[in-house]
Amino acid sequence: MRTVYTKIEQIVGNVVTVAASDVSYRELAQITSAPGTAQQRSSLAQVIRLEAGRVFLQVFAGARGISTDAEVRFLGKPMEVSFSDALLGRVFTGSGVPRDNGPVLTQNMVPIAGPSVNPSERIIPRRMVRTGIPMIDVFNTLVESQKLPIFSVAGEPYNQLLSRIALQAEVDVIVLGGMGLKYDDYLFFKETLEQKGALARSVMFVHTAADPVVECLMVPDMALAVAEQFALQKKRVLVLLTDMTNYADALKEIAITMEQIPSNRGYPGDLYSQLAARYEKAVDFQSAGSITILAVTTMPGDDVTHPVPDNTGYITEGQYYLRNGRIEPFGSLSRLKQFVNGKTREDHRTIMNVMIQLYSSCKEAREKRSMGFKTSAWDQKLLDYGDQFEREMMDLTVNVPLEQALDKGWQILASCFEPAEAGVPSRLAEKFWPKK
Amino acid sequence: MSSTRGKVVGVNGNLVTAEVDRAVMQNEVVYVTTGPLRLKAELIRVRGRFVEMQVFEDTTGLRAGDDIEFTSTMLSAELGPGLLGRVYDGLQNPLPELAAQTGFFLQRGTYLPSLDRTKQWRFTPKAVVGSSLIAGDLIGTVPEGIFAHRVMVPFGHPAALTVQWVAPSGDYTVEEVVARLVDLNGGVHEVCMMQRWPVKLPIRAYQERVRPKDPLVTQVRIVDTFFPVARGGTYCVPGPFGAGKTVLQQITSRNADVDIVIVAACGERAGEVVETLREFPELIDPRTGKSLMERTMIVCNTSSMPVAAREASVYLAVTVAEYYRQMGLHVLLLADSTSRWAQALREVSGRLEEIPGEEAFPAYLESVIASFYERGGLVKLRDGTTGSVTIGGTVSPAGGNFEEPVTQATLKVVGAFHGLSRERSDARRYPAIHPLESWSKYPSLVPIADVEFGRKLLRRGNDVQQMMKVVGEEGTSMQDFVVYCKGEFLDAAYLQQDAFHDVDSSTGGDRQKHVYGLLVQVLQKDLHFHDKDAARTFFQRLLQAMIDWNRAPFGAPEFQSGEQRIRQMVAEVTSTREASKAGAS
Ligand SMILES: Nc1ncnc2c1ncn2[C@@H]1O[C@H](COP(=O)(O)OP(=O)(O)OP(=O)(O)O)[C@@H](O)[C@H]1O
Ligand SMILES: [Mg+2]
Repeated sequence: MRTVYTKIEQIVGNVVTVAASDVSYRELAQITSAPGTAQQRSSLAQVIRLEAGRVFLQVFAGARGISTDAEVRFLGKPMEVSFSDALLGRVFTGSGVPRDNGPVLTQNMVPIAGPSVNPSERIIPRRMVRTGIPMIDVFNTLVESQKLPIFSVAGEPYNQLLSRIALQAEVDVIVLGGMGLKYDDYLFFKETLEQKGALARSVMFVHTAADPVVECLMVPDMALAVAEQFALQKKRVLVLLTDMTNYADALKEIAITMEQIPSNRGYPGDLYSQLAARYEKAVDFQSAGSITILAVTTMPGDDVTHPVPDNTGYITEGQYYLRNGRIEPFGSLSRLKQFVNGKTREDHRTIMNVMIQLYSSCKEAREKRSMGFKTSAWDQKLLDYGDQFEREMMDLTVNVPLEQALDKGWQILASCFEPAEAGVPSRLAEKFWPKK
Repeated sequence: MSSTRGKVVGVNGNLVTAEVDRAVMQNEVVYVTTGPLRLKAELIRVRGRFVEMQVFEDTTGLRAGDDIEFTSTMLSAELGPGLLGRVYDGLQNPLPELAAQTGFFLQRGTYLPSLDRTKQWRFTPKAVVGSSLIAGDLIGTVPEGIFAHRVMVPFGHPAALTVQWVAPSGDYTVEEVVARLVDLNGGVHEVCMMQRWPVKLPIRAYQERVRPKDPLVTQVRIVDTFFPVARGGTYCVPGPFGAGKTVLQQITSRNADVDIVIVAACGERAGEVVETLREFPELIDPRTGKSLMERTMIVCNTSSMPVAAREASVYLAVTVAEYYRQMGLHVLLLADSTSRWAQALREVSGRLEEIPGEEAFPAYLESVIASFYERGGLVKLRDGTTGSVTIGGTVSPAGGNFEEPVTQATLKVVGAFHGLSRERSDARRYPAIHPLESWSKYPSLVPIADVEFGRKLLRRGNDVQQMMKVVGEEGTSMQDFVVYCKGEFLDAAYLQQDAFHDVDSSTGGDRQKHVYGLLVQVLQKDLHFHDKDAARTFFQRLLQAMIDWNRAPFGAPEFQSGEQRIRQMVAEVTSTREASKAGAS
């Protein structure tokens, strides 16, 4: 029989402290307010520090309403999640409690935030994930096992983009981790997955903006632990994490409560390591399945140098910039694209490079025009090109397979330039340049 | 075995506090044991009865009262034949062997010998019985792949030793005694092929350090021609995320003209190491005809692996680099990214509640970085041969802003700076090394006058471009416009290089001399055009020809014809000069 502690010494933010022994680091505890209290509450909590006979506990449901005589019962194990096919179609909170009307799952509990994959067991990614979006397929190909965030400001249709990719991608299981999600957005995901018949291959861990902030911290680990189990069963899993900035803000809150010295705009010095530990769960197993992570990182103030997008960019394998409802070619990057775009079609890489370089020159020409300078004949060509490029490639309503998008690329180039002007290697120009 | 005992009293992330009863040593390796688990840690602070340790593993499950085991040794590397071709974590555990034991996932508390204990090496004795040797002197050699691996007097011996016995030629394991040495007091020291060295201390068993001056050809044009690295030099590559630091290091690790490459993947993506891991065994090193892996060692402590081991990983890498340098070899150490190691220091410093410096980095950050890069260098060994350790580290500045502490501390101590810029990488001008902001203190492989010419052209071209933004193209003189075109051309035709093209990705020293020589000739010519559009069209066509030329193998028929074509194109505009003048008058 484990001791029950009933003397909370300190409550700061969502962290409570009790004097206790025989407690292990990261162990769970159940905190229940003393019987007869007006607000009868019970919540899980996790040990986040041991210090000279005192134990610091982070309370999942928040410390609000916790009395100093509440009962603290240690459970002797760290956080776990139930794993089985029964998860499919279900929705849970960050601490694993059903959000739908389904039963509580308790069989086959697996630890969350488990060890990382041995790098020598990883393989080089090799499969493209087709999305039908030219700005992705042609210019920044998404690759199975990639970890990639969508950088955007609040108000952009990032969740729509996320769900569109999820539905169009050929994956076996979709795991959604929602952090600080607006309730409407949660319903949007649920309904979209339902309508497209994808709910039966989806699991959702959802923390909404109204839920206790500590539960937000559990979401990525819960989602990824489940994803890992499916992947070990040879499933191709797509994990959607939205919005990781809320997750980082929850980390910040806890760090400040624990009086950690902030490194940058209040964020803890280990933000990079914390984010990396989650994103690095993306993997392609040699003899099993894979985990691909698509995340949303909203940029406060549209500032990519803000610590959250900045640290994210250093961790992920590229990023998609969503701005004004379009995926921006500048700044957007899939770092794994070269593993797959050499095997699609021989003109893929050239179209990719040439079109972006010209679009960048077009931007310069636009700048010139807006400054009121005379535009040269060459500038005029670039301006024409830019308009066509935006209309027929960048617009998110365009939904075509890669090959058609490449053909479209050549048509746009040929309608604006001579092959040499476009900077296309002669060999490819001969083969693909549309004859007038 | 030391008899000092301790008990855990506190756990905060990877920092564990314990109460001890006897003498301890700063930086000694300790083990924290809980149940069947035995976790490696390093003692980093002593305060009275209490000591603080950074644990190299996840600390979940540790509890107050857990035992601490002391070892009285500092964190050390195993040095001996069999390091090359291997993949280690930051604590020198061989990762493939770990996988064989624990499967897909790393399991904390599993530690394996770094060097194979059963493999036998063909030993040839070199030391003469009766002769007097000091630390680092040769005892014998064993073939390790393409190298004659030197078995040396252990670096820790402070004084001269007399050779009493050397093993005859034969096959020995790394733990078998191959020599017996006697010190001045008559004490006998047994030497085997393997020795241990504390990773945080530099190996200094050489005669003297000399100034690095020979170029280390990386086959990256903008580096070798404009911002060269020297054998034994140090350089850093700061840049915002996605600017191309890792790609640059990857191609350098393949193409660099050195004997040995040590790759330290420190706190970055595991996927990037996997590329090296999977590709190198398949790639043939043209200089040796053997697989690239035979000259490579990888230390891999990626971002989701224990943070405390990041520091160990860079020190392990540099220790192994120094070890091979002692064999008269040229070693290149590539560390990606030194910022992750600095961040690990910051995390620990925060937990120790030290007074923070800028951006919460510890006050000693600068001296730690300086003493790391100081371990690079060119040395003359006692047998007259030279060996070198060249260190290239990437830096990942927060927000891409070079004014931050890690970049600034690094810039103070390195000999070359390859600053990557966001504008260049966004414009896909790879490698995105900024040609106007980067610098190098080492000599280039092309004549200095030519480098100066190129730099000046780039600067003037940039000036014209800035000016054009204000006054427009129509307000720019024809002469200035040509300067601008020339600058852009030099940039696109030479500085930019496609890392993923078989030929373009690596340009050898001779080819660089040849191509850059021709470019200088061309760009020094007075080129005249009817109007700006004609100039632009000409440079576009010339660039096209250059790109084709860059993609032709050096010396191949396409290479010859490509050159012919370029010369001819230039001749056309040079010779039309008089004609066009005549036409205009
Ligand atoms: N020399 C190059 N040629 C072609 N593409 C390049 C080159 N360098 C970089 N890239 C492109 O840029 C991407 C990012 O490069 P890289 O991974 O080297 O960036 P990084 O600076 O190491 O970023 P981080 O700091 O996040 O690790 C690559 O995946 C590749 O698509
Ligand atoms: Mg990198």
